[in-house]
Amino acid sequence: MHILKLIFRNTLRHKLRTALTILGITIAILAFGILRTLVSAWYSGVEASSSARLITRNSISLVFSLPLSYKEKIRQIPGVKGVSYAIWFNGAYISEKNFIPNFAVEPKTFLELYPEYVLPEDQKTAFIRDRKSAIAGRKVAERFQWKAGDTIILKGTIFPGAWEFVLRGIYYGAEKSADETQLFFHWNYLNERLKKTTPRRADQTGVYIIAIDDPDRAAEVSEAVDKTFKNSLAETLTETEKAFQMSFVTMTQAIVTVIQLVSFLVIIIIMAVVANTMSMTARERIGEYAIMKTLGFGGWHIAILILAESLVITMTGCVLGITLTFPGAEYFGKTMGNFFPVFDVSAMTLLLDVAASFFVGLIAAAFPTWHAVNIRIAEGLRRIG
Amino acid sequence: MKIPLSYSFRNLLTRRLTTTLTASGMALVVFVFATILMLAEGLRKTLVDTGSYDNVIVIRRASTTEVQSGIDRYQASIVETQPEIAIVQNGRRLAAKELMVIINLPKRGSEKPSNVTIRGINEQSLLLRPQVKLIEGRMPKTGSYEVIAGENITRRFRGCGMGEKLHFGMRDWTVVGAFRAGSTGFNSGIWGDVDQLMQAFRRPVYSSVTFKLRDASDFEVLKERIETDPRLTLEAKREIQYYADQSEMMTKFLRILGMSLTIIFSIGAMIGATITMYAAVANRTSEIGTLRALGFQRRNILFAFLVESMLMSIIGGFAGLFFASFMQFLTISTVNWQTFSELAFSFTLTGGIVYESSIFSIVMGFLGGVFPAFRASKMNIVDALSTR
Repeated sequence: MHILKLIFRNTLRHKLRTALTILGITIAILAFGILRTLVSAWYSGVEASSSARLITRNSISLVFSLPLSYKEKIRQIPGVKGVSYAIWFNGAYISEKNFIPNFAVEPKTFLELYPEYVLPEDQKTAFIRDRKSAIAGRKVAERFQWKAGDTIILKGTIFPGAWEFVLRGIYYGAEKSADETQLFFHWNYLNERLKKTTPRRADQTGVYIIAIDDPDRAAEVSEAVDKTFKNSLAETLTETEKAFQMSFVTMTQAIVTVIQLVSFLVIIIIMAVVANTMSMTARERIGEYAIMKTLGFGGWHIAILILAESLVITMTGCVLGITLTFPGAEYFGKTMGNFFPVFDVSAMTLLLDVAASFFVGLIAAAFPTWHAVNIRIAEGLRRIG
Repeated sequence: MKIPLSYSFRNLLTRRLTTTLTASGMALVVFVFATILMLAEGLRKTLVDTGSYDNVIVIRRASTTEVQSGIDRYQASIVETQPEIAIVQNGRRLAAKELMVIINLPKRGSEKPSNVTIRGINEQSLLLRPQVKLIEGRMPKTGSYEVIAGENITRRFRGCGMGEKLHFGMRDWTVVGAFRAGSTGFNSGIWGDVDQLMQAFRRPVYSSVTFKLRDASDFEVLKERIETDPRLTLEAKREIQYYADQSEMMTKFLRILGMSLTIIFSIGAMIGATITMYAAVANRTSEIGTLRALGFQRRNILFAFLVESMLMSIIGGFAGLFFASFMQFLTISTVNWQTFSELAFSFTLTGGIVYESSIFSIVMGFLGGVFPAFRASKMNIVDALSTR
């Protein structure tokens, strides 16, 4: 019991120094937490994907489309439960700066394949019935203060012109990982207009979304789909939704790696700061340690004293840092919100926070501890300040 | 009388471990600060070099990139005959009707696919871009299934080396040459004959028309004419503006990330410096008393401690810059979301960045040392001398 008291008193001996060190850790943990959250936000699409869905796209690249006629052929492949299709529309709302992911989809099958996008029944029916209608995610509706019945005009970037929609519903995610920032509208609406303006682009879709009976047979079904369209004008590439989403992450892997690296750098910097504090503390108390040794306390006692003090400091900073991470992430998520649909602090991040603080406390105390334990009593007593 | 500089310097030397730890914290901060500036500079340089001021690019209205754009042959020929376009030998106009699409290619080694741009070119394309130089092989023959690849692509993507074959659009394409284009975005692309590529991709429209102006100041008139012509649904941009717009999002992202990181990191480092300096002051209380008793003024003491802190941060700053300069050997390649295609750029160190980083490290040292130095200078002689 006494030793706890001693550790606590020791920690408070240099109030300013301890406070500054704790502040440093708090900031480092805050930065680390936000950077990790940034990294996991990058993977949010992968996280949200289902293993029971496959995505088929043109094998050349996503820029190329697939003919609509493929739908029935895909449906006949064994193992396929349902097929829907979507096309990346990339319309701009008012200005290109207001980025909203928007897709033209076949509404009925799309909502069946994506049960995580939940709509009230009446809104769902209204959306499916009205060819000119659209639905938007909760977050994006909040951002622009849209409500059901509003008219939304998107300026086409890939498909020229102004496109007018009536918002029939606002969906929310069944799970936390679901993307609530998108806008979906009828593929038919797009197609009808393309038939009039640019017929060569009509009756095409961007990707097919395939629901399969058994996730274990994903590879087999993918292969069967691609084989069907081999040597055609539009060869396909089918992969699981997870792999599809992952391909977007790997394309920007360099940036993710940089962020990950930096998040570790922040920990190393703070390690230097804490190690400095601890080495100064231990150096000042070398005389005391010598006295303790004279009184018969072993090296272990001294080691525990230093180590525990270091851990008290880092863990206090850690708790403060974690507390601040939540409002910090929320603020950061709002400023960067246009880039990331999901920006939530995960349990994994918190675990890493704690692990990092513990590690820093341990490493920072290592050298001073080693020094204090090994110093000879006479030498320790002789040393001043 | 001033306290000599060596006093401050020797003091740093006595506490080697503490000085090293604090200075290395600062070195890391300066390293991050400089690297992010270098990255932003590299990106900017790549984009600026990619475009030319007197080149104009015409794309479909409201499309932000060439990939999204589409210009049919009729419209393209109207653009091509504008009188402001420069004329080269044989009376030909220096204009290129080009196609730009994206294909997915696997990287060498990891086999992970990424997006590579393919540009369909004509004979004028190379003249329009003097930065682009053939370093190996030859140009693709018109009407053949031949392509040349940029330096970044030949090295990093499977099937893109000299003599290798690429398969897309139901046929094989032979790589007959490699080109280098300075530090421009063209380095990350593949070029082939425009008509063959249009056939292969079943895409009967051009993506853009690029041309050189006879006189760079004609741009406004030309832009006005193209954009008000009722037959055209196009817009004209200066090439440099076009490339700057394309990476607006990436630049913004780098800036926000860089700013927030630098602020957070520097707070950490300054705290480190403050702790060190407070300890230095506390350990040397009687020494300070002695200095005062010897006749040194309060401001001399203040100055000496500030110098000590700033010396430490300068050492850290230079170490950080030293390591950051090695980053110049690295090239970052990533997909630019706005164009959805690969863009490679390297860290670029400029005199401006060295200067900014040095100033930054000195300021950190100053801010970290100012409070402890004040404490030292405020000490009462008698009290200071009586502490042990």
